Amino acid sequence: MKSVVIRAALAAVLGIAASAASAQTLNTVKQRGVLNCGSNGTLAGFGLPDSQGRWAGLDVDFCKALAAAIFNDATKVKFVPLTAKDRFTALQSGEVDVLARNTTWTSSRDTSLGLNFAAVNYYDGQGFLVRKSLKLNSALELGDAAVCVQQGTTTELNLADYFRANKMKLKTVTFATATEAIKAYDAGRCDAYTTDASGLAGERLRLAQVDDHIILPEIISKEPLGPAVRHGDDQWFDIVKWTHFAMVNAEELGITQANVDDQKKSDNPDIKRLLGSEGKHGEALGLSDDWAYRIIKQVGNYGEVFERNVGQGSPMKIARGLNALWNKGGLQFAPSVR
Amino acid sequence: MAAVEQTRPKAPLIYNPKVRSIAYQAVLCAVIVFLVWSAIYNAAENLARAKIATGFGFWENTAGFDISQTLIEYQATSTYGRAFWVGLINTLLVAGLGIVFATILGFVIGIARLSTNWLLARLAGFYVETIRNIPLLLQLLFWYNAVLKALPGTRESLAIPGGGFLNNRGLFLPQPVFEPAARFALIALVVGIVAAIGYRAWARRRQMQTGQQAPVLWVSLGLVIALPLAVLALSGFPISFSYPEAGRFNMRGGFEVLPEFMALLFGLVIYTAAFIAEVVRAGIRSVSKGQTEAAYSLGLRPGPTLRLVVIPQAMRVIIPPLTSQYLNLTKNSTLAVAIGYPDLVQIFAGTVLNQTGQAVEVIVITMAVYLTISLVTSALMNLYNRRMALVER
Repeated sequence: MKSVVIRAALAAVLGIAASAASAQTLNTVKQRGVLNCGSNGTLAGFGLPDSQGRWAGLDVDFCKALAAAIFNDATKVKFVPLTAKDRFTALQSGEVDVLARNTTWTSSRDTSLGLNFAAVNYYDGQGFLVRKSLKLNSALELGDAAVCVQQGTTTELNLADYFRANKMKLKTVTFATATEAIKAYDAGRCDAYTTDASGLAGERLRLAQVDDHIILPEIISKEPLGPAVRHGDDQWFDIVKWTHFAMVNAEELGITQANVDDQKKSDNPDIKRLLGSEGKHGEALGLSDDWAYRIIKQVGNYGEVFERNVGQGSPMKIARGLNALWNKGGLQFAPSVR
Repeated sequence: MAAVEQTRPKAPLIYNPKVRSIAYQAVLCAVIVFLVWSAIYNAAENLARAKIATGFGFWENTAGFDISQTLIEYQATSTYGRAFWVGLINTLLVAGLGIVFATILGFVIGIARLSTNWLLARLAGFYVETIRNIPLLLQLLFWYNAVLKALPGTRESLAIPGGGFLNNRGLFLPQPVFEPAARFALIALVVGIVAAIGYRAWARRRQMQTGQQAPVLWVSLGLVIALPLAVLALSGFPISFSYPEAGRFNMRGGFEVLPEFMALLFGLVIYTAAFIAEVVRAGIRSVSKGQTEAAYSLGLRPGPTLRLVVIPQAMRVIIPPLTSQYLNLTKNSTLAVAIGYPDLVQIFAGTVLNQTGQAVEVIVITMAVYLTISLVTSALMNLYNRRMALVER
């Protein structure tokens, strides 16, 4: 009896103590010595561990860049694979420090889910994958079709909207993970599979007969994908935001992983401020002044990361398109370090 | 000699065992109340700090997503609340049908395992030992993929005699469309059922009094099936069928059974039946052999012996564990999420939770629903158990 009471009281005290210490994300991460990064885990090009368990992808490199800026060591990341359905709960509850999992920025996620989207690291849109044998030329011919889709995504909602707007009948088959959805599509359960166009390019590679399938030309939605953090910690929000901006600025200024050491001696004031040889810009973020140098040295600039994971250096061979720099016809635009 | 007042020294209250135990329990209650309160307070505080929406306002918001199987009217423009009901009904459908079929299959296999036929008994034993030792999730994935892979595409559908089709999009059956005159047949059906119940009561009373048996089964079948059919024929078959036909991608019209539903129902029934078979076997074994021998010596044949003597006694042992198998089946139906069947967990604790981000509210509602379903099932079974229990005189 007595021991029960004591144990209960102890648990109460511990519970309260645990809930009090969760305000400063940067300090928590530094104390822990590792960054917990919410990742995809099954999407080629964005987040996927290889056979040796080494993670690779655009979002993976983002978390590595964040770790490089904080710890000066890009390997100090623990990747937590999350399904689309569980990802927000994991971020809200503090299981991960940042969610970099090809997540679409929408108003309800930004507000009522309690998240802040720090930046857009990939501008995407939703498309359809169908069998060539159906001889379809447009998504508008999909009336009455069965479509496989992953649960807990904007995709699921856009799909219903698109069919409703075009007065077409739809049979949705919803799966908890992309893996199950694409498997069911491959088995013939659905006529089409839908997700973000970048995802289609990656998932298509997992089909049994890659060449029997085509991606329809229509892009039916805007999908700005980016890393998200919890509400209520502005310093952490800034760090995540500026990690992306540093990589974009580096590409714009021509700083690459290979030449960053030479560039450090440059007289260009923009480069000097970015790499930390002038001003105290890193300190203002709560990091060291060479934070951007560390990112570029260990991970690379935005263009390098893009080409390596989804562009010409990858099996997906996606063109820069909307993700080119603003001065090259794209949308990637970063404020200056000043 | 003056009488010495023999008073025991008054012990402090703290040494009174009764007071102490009450005090301890009061402290324990206070601690539990405090723990629960602080958990709720903490959660509310943290949610408010993170500016995460709370409350049940989302119930009336537009869902915006589509659901593959809806037994009640539902569109993407319906509310989250409506989606909840769609999911709940889908769960109840698969659980209800699962319980019925698992019971039938379980009884058959349980009795077969006790059969004197060597081959039959071994086959039943093999079934039970294989099925109940493989995790249900794997079985569900197996059935789902087996169903999908084995069935042909829409264009090469297997035609079922009578206008049905089977393909990897599901089972499509002709759907009866009732015209107004069909209500006479419905009335005949109700009359037939009532008459059959009355006839059964009459036959039983007569058997009690005179010992004469009446052909209850045949008369009941005649009343319940032949009577409505005769009325249908007289009114000129006022039922037409809407036949499924091949559309551009999928079958159109008719009555559709999803492959996800089939795989889930099949998996749940096969799995739970293995456990029910063991429960039935144990129940029958618990009835002493003397009962069977006594029945035989009274001249009862094996069929009536099993039906009238053994099973009623075995039911007393069978019902309590059978109840827990029913509860297991209902709870196991949540594995639907793995094969894309839109049950309550997939729709509500999955998509709705994700779209609204209100994990606490959604999970609490979902848990409350499963708790309610389980408690109701268990209450019904307890009621049945009380009726079957040995009435001692």
